[in-house]
Amino acid sequence: MTIAVERTLPIPAEEHGPTGLLKWITSTDHKVIGKSYTITAFVFFCLAGLMAMLMRTQLASPDNNIVSLHLYNELFTMHGSLMLYLFAGPFAFGGLANYIVPLQIGAPDMAFPRLNALSYWLYAFGGLIMISGFLTTGGAADFGWVSYAPLSSATNTPGAGPDMWIVALVLTGFSAIFTGVNICATVFYLRAPGLTMFRLPIFTWNMLVTGILILIAFPVLTAALVMLWCDRHIGSHIFSVAGGGVPVLWQNLFWFFGHPEVYILALPYFGMVTDILAVFSRKPVFGYRGMVFATMSIAALSTSVWAHHMFTTGTVLLPFFSLMSYLIAVPTGIKFFNWIGTLWRGSIVFETPMLFAVGFLIVFLFGGVTGIILASPPLDFATHDTYFVVAHFHEVLFGSAVFGGFAGLYYWYPKMTGRMLRNDLGKASFWFMFVGFWLTFVPQYWLGLAGMPRRIAEYSPLSGWTLLNRISTSGAYLLFIAVFLMLVNFLLSFLKPVPAGDNPWDAHTLEWATSSPPPHHNFYWIPPVRSERPLWDHNHPEHTTIHSHMPANSVRAATSTVHSGPGVHPDHGSRSDFRGEDGDE
Amino acid sequence: MKVEAYVLIFVGAFFAVVCGIYWFLSYETSGTLMLLGTCFLGFVPGGYYYWWSRRMKPRPEDDPQAKREDGEGVVGAFPGSSVWPFVLGVSAASVGLSLVFGFWTAIVGFVVAASAVMGVIRESRRGGLI
Ligand code: HEM
Ligand SMILES: [Cu+2]
Repeated sequence: MTIAVERTLPIPAEEHGPTGLLKWITSTDHKVIGKSYTITAFVFFCLAGLMAMLMRTQLASPDNNIVSLHLYNELFTMHGSLMLYLFAGPFAFGGLANYIVPLQIGAPDMAFPRLNALSYWLYAFGGLIMISGFLTTGGAADFGWVSYAPLSSATNTPGAGPDMWIVALVLTGFSAIFTGVNICATVFYLRAPGLTMFRLPIFTWNMLVTGILILIAFPVLTAALVMLWCDRHIGSHIFSVAGGGVPVLWQNLFWFFGHPEVYILALPYFGMVTDILAVFSRKPVFGYRGMVFATMSIAALSTSVWAHHMFTTGTVLLPFFSLMSYLIAVPTGIKFFNWIGTLWRGSIVFETPMLFAVGFLIVFLFGGVTGIILASPPLDFATHDTYFVVAHFHEVLFGSAVFGGFAGLYYWYPKMTGRMLRNDLGKASFWFMFVGFWLTFVPQYWLGLAGMPRRIAEYSPLSGWTLLNRISTSGAYLLFIAVFLMLVNFLLSFLKPVPAGDNPWDAHTLEWATSSPPPHHNFYWIPPVRSERPLWDHNHPEHTTIHSHMPANSVRAATSTVHSGPGVHPDHGSRSDFRGEDGDE
Repeated sequence: MKVEAYVLIFVGAFFAVVCGIYWFLSYETSGTLMLLGTCFLGFVPGGYYYWWSRRMKPRPEDDPQAKREDGEGVVGAFPGSSVWPFVLGVSAASVGLSLVFGFWTAIVGFVVAASAVMGVIRESRRGGLI
């Protein structure tokens, strides 16, 4: 069997192994797992969004009583935890990356398919355990998504809910680590011939760097959680002063994970946006190598800035962490320069994915600029734990995970399902989201500067914060409509499918060379790889100096005469393995 | 294999430098140790890849001029489906829950985990689509 083999009769992926529910439970195909991850993460996003709506409704008027003070604490904790641990990360590295990375590098699957399935199940059960905290008598965890000691001790937050939060994070943490290993191994070992590292699509590069970052960050969190559990249950005193422990140690451990984590959440979306900007400008990525080095430097620097979250503790080296934080602005600036360079004089097409990608650029830029403000200790002393910070991190997180993530979802949805999403509905959803976003979060900068602390459920009518809070809440309702329109769009694509075809966007990377959705083990045929844009070279031979040895249209026909040779073990897939022919066991 | 090695060695080198600077500026142990760990996390696999990259022929995916036929043959074993990851997930969750609700779920969890581990091994020996 060669990778040039063409099969005449396509076999639908469903033909292999079990079908129905059993397929979703037992499949080790990265495409099925990727879809499970995407759907699950999206459900968590919607749940966390509903919690946000409740919180914003509570804050719409002073002295409001819609939720109790205690429930509000649970809500922001679970909103933050669901959004960060169960949506933004898994949506990127478990969902889209799982589906797309093997396709982008011409691989038949992830390197370790069963480990991949295990990742999904650890994540799914971990997520279930986390939200089940709401069902316990004491309620869900309520110490914030960062679970600072000593607030998280057994005396201050007793009950099963917080413990379930800890266990859930250990499970999802292992899931992330396994996925990180899987992505690294896949990119290192399963690339198509000719696809050298410096020809990888930027999305794949960013996923590789994210995978390494996961391996750096998550073990620290897991270790810290084990210590926290010991403090709560078996009487150790690692984080409690009473027994000679050091509470601020928790913050050191947590943020050594926590800051890389925000880049684990951001880098995949940077990658998606980079690819999307290039495709819809009909140009290659501007400054490809600069982009790769910028990604690596951002990842490296992000692991040496953790204590910028701890400036106000008075226990950290302010100049070091401040300087390192400023340094991140340099590679990020390079990225912005290259993104604009990619758009520059391109023939830009404003399809829905492109709109979301441009939305990402604008929103993330503002989040980045206010991040530079916060990296300065004196300014951070003034704004720490106020709504200024809430506005800042929503700009970076919402900007990347939601604007960037939806750009990616709109872009790859046709590949994953074989159906198009409606363009006009997508655009409507974008505009609701874009306007809603600024309405929700810009007033929060002013609220923060006016002194409104974060994580409060009530404020006095005399505070003068009412109007800005009202604006913010109304913006949140627009966001709700935007997500609702998106769901309608998904539904429509199922009720009245519009077939997508293999390459609806005239895109240029390998995932678009196979059918939509791709067959079991992904490829019947792969174009020769001679640049970072193999499919473009193949589809537009007039634009390239590289000649594949035959004219574009005849390649499929010519390669189809190559037949699979003897001696290939049926269960060892080659790049164009097709199970149906091998016979089922 | 070379670029892969350099990426990881870059991680090791960067954190070696940062770790040194951080220690001498702060004398703070937890951060220094984590940075040191990260440094090894780069150097150990990076060094291993580098060692291999000097001992093996460039693979087709490292060769910019490789033809598609060069990638011919078996790439690896990719099982089509398996229940054991699900079963392992169930067992991990029940062992995890024992940390919250007491020890009996751990017993169930470990038994299920043992069966899953045996299942995976048998499945791998048979080497097939289950
Ligand atoms: C759907 C639109 C969203 C709205 C209306 C919203 C609203 C809120 C509100 C009201 C809070 C509580 C603020 C406080 O009381 O201190 C909050 C906290 C938070 N949100 Fe969002 N949010 C949204 C989306 C997101 C997204 C997409 C992410 C991340 C990917 C995110 C991450 C967080 C985090 C980490 C916290 C802090 C939790 C804590 O204080 O422990 N949010 N959000
Ligand atoms: Cu940070």
